Amino acid sequence: MGFIKKFSFSRFMLIVGLLFIYVPMLVLVLYSFNASRLVTVWGGWSTKWYAGLLDNQQLMSAVLRSLEIATYTAIAATALGTLAALVLTRIKHFRGRTLFGGMVTAPLVMPEVITGLSLLLLFVAMAQLIGWPMERGVVTIWIAHTTFSTAYVAVIVSSRLRELDRSMEEAAMDLGAKPWKVFFLITIPMIVPSLAAGFMMAFALSLDDLVLASFVSGPGSTTLPMEIFSAVRLGVKPEINAVASLILLAVSLATFLVWFFTRSTEEKRKQSVAKLEALERASAAVRLGPEV
Amino acid sequence: MSALNWLKQRLPNGKHALIGIPFAWMLLFFLLPFAIILKISFAEADIAIPPYTSLVEWADEKLAILLNLGNYILLSEDKLYIAAYLGSVKIALISTFWCLLLGYPMAYAISRSSPSMRPVWLLLVMMPTWTALLIRVYAWMGILSNNGLLNGFLLWTGLISEPLQILNTNLAVYIGIVYAYLPFMVLPLYANLAKHDQSLLEAAADLGARRHTSFWRITFPLSKGGIITGCMLVFIPVVGEFVIPELLGGPETLMIGKVLWQEFFNNRDWPVASALAVIMLLILLIPIVFFNRAQAKELEG
Repeated sequence: MGFIKKFSFSRFMLIVGLLFIYVPMLVLVLYSFNASRLVTVWGGWSTKWYAGLLDNQQLMSAVLRSLEIATYTAIAATALGTLAALVLTRIKHFRGRTLFGGMVTAPLVMPEVITGLSLLLLFVAMAQLIGWPMERGVVTIWIAHTTFSTAYVAVIVSSRLRELDRSMEEAAMDLGAKPWKVFFLITIPMIVPSLAAGFMMAFALSLDDLVLASFVSGPGSTTLPMEIFSAVRLGVKPEINAVASLILLAVSLATFLVWFFTRSTEEKRKQSVAKLEALERASAAVRLGPEV
Repeated sequence: MSALNWLKQRLPNGKHALIGIPFAWMLLFFLLPFAIILKISFAEADIAIPPYTSLVEWADEKLAILLNLGNYILLSEDKLYIAAYLGSVKIALISTFWCLLLGYPMAYAISRSSPSMRPVWLLLVMMPTWTALLIRVYAWMGILSNNGLLNGFLLWTGLISEPLQILNTNLAVYIGIVYAYLPFMVLPLYANLAKHDQSLLEAAADLGARRHTSFWRITFPLSKGGIITGCMLVFIPVVGEFVIPELLGGPETLMIGKVLWQEFFNNRDWPVASALAVIMLLILLIPIVFFNRAQAKELEG
């Protein structure tokens, strides 16, 4: 029975699916060490493409710009997404709630070409009306990225907020703590893992985005994906293999670390909750003892 | 004192600020832009900055509002645009189907694995979505090209005598889309399957149902919610996809995201691009509302 279970059809498909997901990435990393300029011919091991990257000024400034935008985006989207998640999970009735829910979740599926074009037209109209933004660049890309990554943060944080035990918050409120104090001292520490996950997600989304940035960027504000895209359009290149491998490595490492730390804090939390419950049961047993 | 109370009630309190900040942001940067897209779609392309005509004109003490329907007439008459819309929907439908076919067994296997292994499998499935889509699509360019790895392998095995043209065909687009969107199918399906009450299956087994029967009569119908969410998460964005058809597709690949991009960046025809976006939104409106309803239920718990 155990044998059959182990080699079931679905297990087989899981392995096939994961191979499908990871083999292309592994191939890419492998070929980034190819000494030959001909991408398909193996010419021995070499790290020259990596060394060449540092001299590529244009690429380096695009990397820095992308990291800058991703940092701002992650901060703003985490704040906005957390507020949106609080509203959606805690305030059941207010005017425009359906509209609000729709606006928060729609960016998850909205095709990027539509969001990008519509935001560009908004910026152009705003520039005509109020004279801002006169130049499109880092700020407009940041606004675009924040708007669509807020949706992801809201989904991640609200799923945590929903399963949160609210007795601690209620106890603090009963003792006279102000709502904002309860929020910062009790709610926030309890949802930190999901905030970290949301932050990472927003950072990754911003770093990854090509379409929105292409629409709302101005001259001289090329981001890394835009730089890669214009090179890739002409075909496979060893330099791009090297950049791509570095990005894959950095992101996988960051994802793994965040996952690992959120999991260990989650486990600690569960352990302490279990301990607390055991303690409560024990004290209840002691109290009830004589009567039972 | 009563005046003070009155003022206190009128002034925004914490709750209003809490709703107001994200509400205002999304209203300004998500909803309002759609109104502007609609407006520009009724304008005419013009050689100016910005490159379109104004809808409202004030001349000779007359206020004229000019709605130019030309863009929409162009879209309905030009076969290229209609073919692009149909092509997008067709490619999105077929790739959603393949994602479901591959993703359902994967999600099922994860939900049936031991609790300690589940987070590991999930991480393995979700990790790629954190890395750049552009790079993952680019990886396929190297594999599928005429002198790429796949053709090299097939030639080496002797199955084919000359390289197959895979890159720059619709087949490559399907591979790329299924590859990129598979995690978005697996995640909601897993979330749904993990919640199922196992005692139902035990009861069915006690009553003599085979595993095959109880899967199709119990598990599959119960996972309807996950299937719908997963399919919407794949179908809707794929209709407007640009990067994958641009990099992996060829001249035969007609997708509306690509056409919109060309109208905007190559032809600099903002009004036609806007009209294309408006029609795309109309096509996607029903699936999006469907998705939002399901998501609202999920968010409220």
